[in-house]
Amino acid sequence: MRIVGIIIFWLAMVVFLYGTRRSRNVAFWPLLALACLLLFNLFFTQQFYRLELREGSFFGIPVPQLYGVPIDILNHASKVGILAIGMTLVIAVGGIDLSVGAVMAIAGAMMATLSVQLGVSPAACIAAALAAGLAAGMWNGFLVAVMGIPPMVATLILMVAGRGVAQLVTDGQIIIFNNPILTSIGNAFLLVPVPFLLMLLMLIATWITTRGTALGFLIEAVGDNEVASSRAGVSARTLKFLVYVFCGFCSAVAGLVQTSNIRSADANNIGLTLELDAIMAVVIGGTAMTGGRFYLASSVAGALLIQALTTTMYAKDVSPVVAPVPKALVILAVCLLQSERVRRLFIGRRGTA
Amino acid sequence: MNSRYLPLIITALVLGLLLAAGGYFFNNFLSLRVFINLFGDNAFVGVTAVGMTFVIISGGIDLSVASVIAFTTIFIAQTVQDGMHPLLSMTFALMLGLLFGAIQGWFISSFNLPPFLVTLAGMFFARGTGFIINDISLAIKHSFYSETIRGLAIPVAKVGRAVVRIPFTAQCLILFIIGGTLLAAFTRFGRNVYAIGSNEISARLMGVPVDRVKIMVYALSGFCATAAGCVVTFYMQSGNSSSFVGLEMDAIAAAVIGGTLLTGGVGWVAGTLMGVLILGTIQSLITFQGSLNNWWAKIFIGSLLFLFISVQQLLKHRLKGR
Repeated sequence: MRIVGIIIFWLAMVVFLYGTRRSRNVAFWPLLALACLLLFNLFFTQQFYRLELREGSFFGIPVPQLYGVPIDILNHASKVGILAIGMTLVIAVGGIDLSVGAVMAIAGAMMATLSVQLGVSPAACIAAALAAGLAAGMWNGFLVAVMGIPPMVATLILMVAGRGVAQLVTDGQIIIFNNPILTSIGNAFLLVPVPFLLMLLMLIATWITTRGTALGFLIEAVGDNEVASSRAGVSARTLKFLVYVFCGFCSAVAGLVQTSNIRSADANNIGLTLELDAIMAVVIGGTAMTGGRFYLASSVAGALLIQALTTTMYAKDVSPVVAPVPKALVILAVCLLQSERVRRLFIGRRGTA
Repeated sequence: MNSRYLPLIITALVLGLLLAAGGYFFNNFLSLRVFINLFGDNAFVGVTAVGMTFVIISGGIDLSVASVIAFTTIFIAQTVQDGMHPLLSMTFALMLGLLFGAIQGWFISSFNLPPFLVTLAGMFFARGTGFIINDISLAIKHSFYSETIRGLAIPVAKVGRAVVRIPFTAQCLILFIIGGTLLAAFTRFGRNVYAIGSNEISARLMGVPVDRVKIMVYALSGFCATAAGCVVTFYMQSGNSSSFVGLEMDAIAAAVIGGTLLTGGVGWVAGTLMGVLILGTIQSLITFQGSLNNWWAKIFIGSLLFLFISVQQLLKHRLKGR
């Protein structure tokens, strides 16, 4: 099974490389880092690629499930990956969304409270949680696009207040639920974990909507120069608003996944500091924080890289509390590699023509 | 009246209203002791926020402060346990904080990297190194802490049989506020910070040494955060590398409520003090009330942020319209 694991992983690498082919220059570094990390594990971490076939369940239906470290990485990276998809578009229009962690908490709290305390059907719970995410996104979008407040300030409001709202919903309790459908979202398998499939689905859907149409181009235009693009007839305000709404939706999905995965809604801790991980994934993926360009698949690769790094450290017996240090070094290294001055050092004078 | 100062006046009004509401609803709220405790208990937030104010005025942001505080507390606790005198340990910590901030500033200015990301890396780095020093909570047992610091409290009044004292932590806060105000208003460094925050390119063209000032701003923030860490050890008498997660947002919120623009160029250290006091008053109101829950504080602070940001936004439009 070890060979199978290796093949699956390199297949995934090829898919990512293909997906980001057009932007190979920018996406090159995170993928190279991920490849190095995986190669390192191939030689130095025993049983890293060992995969087993086990009995899993998909919403009550028994299905085969793969079990092993790589699958674990896919499972745990999917939350940040889903967040990163929404965050990529927000950063592409030159914005930032600090509230995603708080919105995750609100969505999780809504789902658990409705199900446990009011006995609402699972589908309605999920719909309500997603609606809460959309509403939060609309609030952010309103502040940024309509009122013209700088994004970091505008989303700071919901970042502070949102967790309070989530605690208000759960009444400060940790709400445990055992509805089979709700607990399945984060724990089901269809050979690979369902959260990963969800992330893949959202990535593909977003990719088709933005790159299959002119939408992505328009988003980049707004991020590059808002005034110029609105003079040219792009409805910059509407686009900005929609991007924040979409980010709120992604946060709600990520919130559902995490809440369901731990089978309880803890308003204090769901998604805590995940906004930073999501931003990190996007930046590692090569999307500049100044906006104007975005690389969806590459952001997801960034999320995978962060998780692969964390998992590798656990596998190498690095204490989990020390884990932030290598993380810091990775951010710094990627930032430096993308900075103009360092690039010039590498490229020399050839690139300046 | 100059409408530039309107945010500051609104902040003062909100603080006054909150205090008045506290006095109206609760008997002992407006006593000297509660007011002094407001300074003492929030001293570390205030000291951090002074440095943060400078960073924000310069147009940047510093996410690393909370981790730096945690690092400082565990650093002092560990070195004191290993036999170092607290004063020496604090001096080392302050130098480390200064250096740490300067390195962040160097990365930001010389590679033109976004401050958000560099200080995010700094945040993870400081948190991790704190855990490397020690990952448990350590008590600080030293006569310097149990006697000297306690002895520095200044008695100001006698209420009944008890003496009301200004604790050393509150004195630190006042010292930093005065120092910060002077630094912002009367020095070349202060003027340069405002100039960079208003428009970096014009500042550079006018001959402001942008890179050097930026390095100094982040070094100052690192220094303030470390000093806040020292203040924390004064009243917690312990060090913990996992404490104060998310405190950077409190410091940023205090600055914004105090009228500092997150886009840079505008801000007052005195406003930041009022911002800190507003956050502290909300906290004590909730403590006094007893049955209200902590989450109302978060929602209330969020609403306040919204209020202040909207006012600033309206002002900006009005100034533009002229």
